[in-house]
Amino acid sequence: MKIVVCVKHVPDTAEADVVITPDKKGIKKEGLAFGINEWDEYALEEAILTKEKYGGEVVAITIGGKDSEDTLRRCLAKGADRAVRVEDPALEGSDAYALAKALGAVIKKEMPDYDIIFTGTQAGDDGFAQVGQTLAETLGIPHAALVTKVEIQDGKAKIHRELEGGLEEVLEIQLPAVLAVQTGINEPRYVSIMGIRKAKKKELKVLNLSDVGLSPDEVGEKGSLLKLEELYVPPVEKMAEILTGAPEETAARLASILDEKGLIPK
Amino acid sequence: MAEVFVLVEHRRGEIRDITFEMLSGCRDVAKSLDASVTAVLLGKNVDNFVEQLKSWADKILVVEDDKLENFNAEAYQKVLSHLIKERNPVLTLIGHTSFGMDLAPALAAELGIPLATDCIGFEVKDGALIAIRQMYGGKVNARFSFKKSPYMATIRSAAFKAEELGLSAEVEKVPSPLTEEVTTKRFLEYVEAVVGEVDITQAERIVAIGRGVGDYSDEKVRSMIEELANELGAVIACSRPIVDKGWLPKDRQVGTSGKTVKPKLYLALGISGAFQHVAGMSASETIVAVNKDPKAPIFTVADYGIVDDLFKVVPALTEKIREIKGGS
Ligand SMILES: Cc1cc2nc3c(=O)[nH]c(=O)nc-3n(C[C@H](O)[C@H](O)[C@H](O)COP(=O)(O)OP(=O)(O)OC[C@H]3O[C@@H](n4cnc5c(N)ncnc54)[C@H](O)[C@@H]3O)c2cc1C
Ligand SMILES: Nc1ncnc2c1ncn2[C@@H]1O[C@H](COP(=O)(O)O)[C@@H](O)[C@H]1O
Repeated sequence: MKIVVCVKHVPDTAEADVVITPDKKGIKKEGLAFGINEWDEYALEEAILTKEKYGGEVVAITIGGKDSEDTLRRCLAKGADRAVRVEDPALEGSDAYALAKALGAVIKKEMPDYDIIFTGTQAGDDGFAQVGQTLAETLGIPHAALVTKVEIQDGKAKIHRELEGGLEEVLEIQLPAVLAVQTGINEPRYVSIMGIRKAKKKELKVLNLSDVGLSPDEVGEKGSLLKLEELYVPPVEKMAEILTGAPEETAARLASILDEKGLIPK
Repeated sequence: MAEVFVLVEHRRGEIRDITFEMLSGCRDVAKSLDASVTAVLLGKNVDNFVEQLKSWADKILVVEDDKLENFNAEAYQKVLSHLIKERNPVLTLIGHTSFGMDLAPALAAELGIPLATDCIGFEVKDGALIAIRQMYGGKVNARFSFKKSPYMATIRSAAFKAEELGLSAEVEKVPSPLTEEVTTKRFLEYVEAVVGEVDITQAERIVAIGRGVGDYSDEKVRSMIEELANELGAVIACSRPIVDKGWLPKDRQVGTSGKTVKPKLYLALGISGAFQHVAGMSASETIVAVNKDPKAPIFTVADYGIVDDLFKVVPALTEKIREIKGGS
């Protein structure tokens, strides 16, 4: 099996103070911890599991700056065979559509005989949930989003897709296909010392646009269909009453509120 | 007159709420775009749906085909791209649901139409559409403009209210453009959610844990949470990452892909408040959140909040509740 996995290096903003830059087009990166997109961690694991089961090769691909090599090295340490990073100033301002075109071009160049392409369902930073399915369309192959189970059967895959409320649907999909995976599909392995050592010997290639046969007009703002006008702080319509003080005080206050409301069983 | 298309989402004989939310929520933007609203209904034996939709749209466009019985992104894409090319709606709206996430991106790419996903609102500026959507887990809002029209957007569940419109739609049946079976993708079956021993939807009090509790397989963490839940007579539920890690069974997950709960008390510990989680708990009577990040979106749905380390607050709270119970 020739397996591609698309991974994105993203900031962890769950606990961080997110500050919008003065041009309103991005957020301040200082002080943020970056790492592999949560969904892509599961996509990577699925790619490696697939290779372990059926043999073959896994190539991890990212479009991003030099710092995203951390994420690629993580992929190599966990079991990807090689990694490719594409960086080009012309990619600046690319929307999901332009990114998908760029990913498609890299894949055609680096693994044209792919059997399966794994992506995450969404990136935690932009939350588009769009790139994988768009990539499939640009490559002219089928896709499935929110994939929670994959069983490969010659030339096809039997997959589960997550619907709402815990319901799933089972589908048969022809390969090659793009499978955009959902979290929880597997149990991502930890990075081992041995893996890190092996990763050092693996290839991490850096390409620019012309290397993958794209012109600057096909990506970036010119090649995009959507344009970010501005970021802004969400208006707060309602805000909790915040209890302040040391933990003993806030806990005491909360306990008495719960008591007043009859929420403490006696 | 220009049209706004709203794709009807239905599953197993029921129209899903997102459909009515979109039909009702898009009236303003349709008006600003000088467009009428057309509900686009694809399926097999849909007469019953047509009746239900009549008061919600100006027009209902119906395509019936056995091949559209179950949702199949490939088959839907073929039919919709045909309809969109034929009628050129100024805007096509699809739910940002499992169905829409699978369908919309490829459909838009095929047609070369700009797509804004997971939208929570729109503005029309100088006749052009602006989409509002969230980024960074709901910590930032963004305005996106479209390079050209027509436009396409997917809509977040519950972003708009479904309010009765009292219209009487004209119904137009269109022959199915599907000539052959879709072979790239085939629906096999549905798999029901597993039924566990605890039904969190029936609980009066819920202690819900999120990624902020750290390693829930750690005995110390687990007993700290269980003690609080015991004192409160509460059931323990959680956000998705806790289930993804295998620390609690799927039937304890609250949110769009889990359960919807409405307890008297929902105590959220270390949960950021992503909309997929909030959708499953916002109707709770009293919501309390403990989170060390003062900007966590959960505080905008909670009634009471404590901005602190849950590992300090939870033991103290358990203690105070014990005191209250002991004293009565
Ligand atoms: C299609 C789809 C469906 C989904 N369905 C669901 C669903 O049904 N339910 C669901 O929950 N999610 C769902 N998600 C995932 C959702 O988008 C979020 O990723 C998830 O809800 C985040 O969970 P969390 O709040 O526990 O974790 P995080 O977002 O990582 O937040 C952890 C929080 O804990 C706080 N924290 C950390 N340490 C401490 C401490 N010591 N004390 C106090 N606070 C602390 C942090 O400040 C942070 O706010 C879905 C996603 C997709 C794409
Ligand atoms: N810059 C990128 N490089 C590589 N893969 C990406 C990139 N952006 C998005 N992806 C892939 O597309 C998926 C969905 O992202 P998105 O549509 O941006 O939410 C991610 O989980 C990745 O697998």
